[in-house]
Amino acid sequence: MKKPKLFDLANYTFIALFSILCILPMLLVLMVSFTDEASIKQFGYQLIPDKLSFDAYKLLLFGNTPLYRSYMISIFITTVGTTAAVLMTGMAGYTLSAKHVKYRNHLAIFFFITMVFNTGLVPWYLINLQLGLKNTIFALIIPSLIFNPFNLFLVRNYMSQIPVSLTEAAKIDGATDFYIAFRIFFPLCMPVLATITLFYGIGYWNNWFNAIMLVDNQQLYPLQYLLFKLNSEINMIQQMQSSGVLSGTGTMPQESVKMATAILTIGPVVLFYPFLQRYFIKGLLIGSVKG
Amino acid sequence: MHTKRNRGFLHEIRQNGSAYLLVIPAAIYTLIFGYFTLPYMLIAFQKFNFKTGLFNSKWIGLENFEFFFRSPRAWEVTFNTLKLNFLFIVVGTVVAMALAILFNELRSKLFSRITQSTILFPHFLSWVIVSYVIYSLFSTDYGVINKIIGWVGLDPINWYSTPKYWTTILVSAAVWKDVGMNLVIYLAAIVGIDDTYYEAGRIDGASRWQLIWRITIPLMMPTIIILSLLALGKIMYGSFDMIYAIIKDNGVLYPAVDVIDTYVFRSLRTIGNPAQAMAVGLYQSVVGFILVWGSNKIVRKINPDHALF
Repeated sequence: MKKPKLFDLANYTFIALFSILCILPMLLVLMVSFTDEASIKQFGYQLIPDKLSFDAYKLLLFGNTPLYRSYMISIFITTVGTTAAVLMTGMAGYTLSAKHVKYRNHLAIFFFITMVFNTGLVPWYLINLQLGLKNTIFALIIPSLIFNPFNLFLVRNYMSQIPVSLTEAAKIDGATDFYIAFRIFFPLCMPVLATITLFYGIGYWNNWFNAIMLVDNQQLYPLQYLLFKLNSEINMIQQMQSSGVLSGTGTMPQESVKMATAILTIGPVVLFYPFLQRYFIKGLLIGSVKG
Repeated sequence: MHTKRNRGFLHEIRQNGSAYLLVIPAAIYTLIFGYFTLPYMLIAFQKFNFKTGLFNSKWIGLENFEFFFRSPRAWEVTFNTLKLNFLFIVVGTVVAMALAILFNELRSKLFSRITQSTILFPHFLSWVIVSYVIYSLFSTDYGVINKIIGWVGLDPINWYSTPKYWTTILVSAAVWKDVGMNLVIYLAAIVGIDDTYYEAGRIDGASRWQLIWRITIPLMMPTIIILSLLALGKIMYGSFDMIYAIIKDNGVLYPAVDVIDTYVFRSLRTIGNPAQAMAVGLYQSVVGFILVWGSNKIVRKINPDHALF
């Protein structure tokens, strides 16, 4: 019985180390955001800073930075977009799962084809130009994020398991499909709806693709895109510097500001992490095991 | 009693109109962003001009395709796309599978939950954030890796101008970000294996290693093969988010990491030639579709339940 114990010890150690390794790079970013700029210039990025400093956060939170605006944009597109996306997907999922709807399989094929044949970037871009979405807030909400056939089939499969007798009984009582969908099916399907809410929500929050394709106006930058731009365009930081929040010599803490912005960007993800993790795992299991 | 005869379209609409209303928003969306995009693929054969649009631009046959396939970049971006995606799939699967087997041996539920949470965390970060993480590790001036190299006594490496390292860096980043997700899937599949196999194995005196090699891995093979095949079907696509966030327009690194998606993006947005971008995109779509179709066909042969269609 000695051997298994050795294996267990090695196994626990290895998994512990591996999971620490997974989180370590993020800790590095976190620590750099709290590091004094002069200390970075001298010693580089360090997991344990020589000298702590809150300058970056002071500047970002109290200065006249584009961060607030981008935060608002991101929160707006995430809430509005996710709500619309979940409604659209849930409603369509109901119809596709309803056994009394004769053309439900035709509709499923209609949605499915777009999943298999991808026309790619250029037609998508031209359609958006045609619709006049460029440089509007809708460019960040409507294209590519608001509806995903994969999520539709996830919802449909889940709803298909609800006994037909429930729908039939409601129909006899005179309920319409709207009523059945919203009042009976949606409450019964909370786990899968929570899962797609999470998929869409994360998708919106982390998206910068729509912005890089369709938004040139800095007033409309969502958080991720601001962060993307921040790395290359120092002038955006200099713009912040002119606000004069930091007393003293006023040297710009460039490096720590970048990292602090990254940390502030993942704030909500950390905040909702227990919820995210729970429903994400549920969704994966519904999606992959059931097929 | 209703007889189930084939009733007409109008009758069906009258009967279930409200159900069809529910599907309309999603249907309109799919119509516009799915089907209406199809005609635009034709601009691959045009000298497309934004002003004249799809209907009045000059047709030039295969000139756009010639431009792409004559240039050395065609082979380069195709090769890089296949290389990177293939490595993401293979390395990602092997690491996740190995981890899943190790996790299955854990007895402490709490430990398992905490470590899984940690490993899953990077999955929720955007690639822009990941680009910052990579920068903090590999930055020439301030990066941690160069510092560690310095301790060992070697000269610092200028990572962002040396292409040969980036295949490894990108594969590691992809594994880091997605291993948690794959771990969850594989662990669920392992837990789903019938316990009687293991009991029988134990009665026959099999060691833990033997149980893993003779029972767990063979029984996991179908799942692994199916998931890998489905991923292989998408091998022509993807990674724009990842590669453009990390590499941006750093031309020095293109030989190792420029892929079809980033090439198309640059032709469209930086160079501003949608027709040439579309020619490359069409090539990608057609080869991509053949691969999706082919891999699905194989999956269907192995297990029809897992096939996409």
